[in-house]
Amino acid sequence: MGVKVQSEDFDVASEVATLTSGRTDIGAIVTFTGRVRDDDKGRPITSMTLEHYPGMTEAELSRIEAEANARWPLQASLIVHRTGQLSPGDNIVLVVTASPHRQAAFDAAGFLMDYLKTRAPFWKKETGPAGESNWVDARENDQSAAARWRSS
Amino acid sequence: MSGIHPRKVKLLYFAWVREKIGRGSEEIALPDNVATVADLVAWLKTRGPEFGEAFARADVVRAALDKAHVKPDARIAEAQEIAFFPPVTGG
Repeated sequence: MGVKVQSEDFDVASEVATLTSGRTDIGAIVTFTGRVRDDDKGRPITSMTLEHYPGMTEAELSRIEAEANARWPLQASLIVHRTGQLSPGDNIVLVVTASPHRQAAFDAAGFLMDYLKTRAPFWKKETGPAGESNWVDARENDQSAAARWRSS
Repeated sequence: MSGIHPRKVKLLYFAWVREKIGRGSEEIALPDNVATVADLVAWLKTRGPEFGEAFARADVVRAALDKAHVKPDARIAEAQEIAFFPPVTGG
């Protein structure tokens, strides 16, 4: 299990290699990478700044990860989230889950992303080509995506 | 114990809540009649137009006590750090 909050980029292959080093019991690895898009509902984006709540971010990500490990038989998991100023095409977030069989790894990765989006204290601010910037609004469908895990 | 010496707490503000209030953190003496997070919001709104603006839609602003999410009716009790912020948008 692991949580990293960092300004620098991450490399998916090396993170997976580190997580699975020396492990021959892992049968399935799922990775999810979230990236900065160059538009938001048709509005062009030239940069994105991610603010967070140091201390609570790590605590909340660890709680979410512990919950995933309690729900599914995970052999390893990792959440990496970047902060600071990012550009279109840059990585934002990485989730890795490992389990003996695929379904737990798929489900746990989806759960981690859905819960992260509604609970981890990050805030995105987008800047457009004319320098105008605005805070991204929370999406209703992120709430419903997280809610689906409550009935399962 | 409260009363003669009000307890000091740290307030933190993030994203557009921080921008509207004009600062990221401050220390305040917790008034005696403030028991819950909602009480604190009501008191903060009396401190100036910037707080009125930040908490204009009080149901939108989220809160955390000592780095854990709470609802407006949560009691502040012995919490040392109280944070206010918009709905989160990470990931």
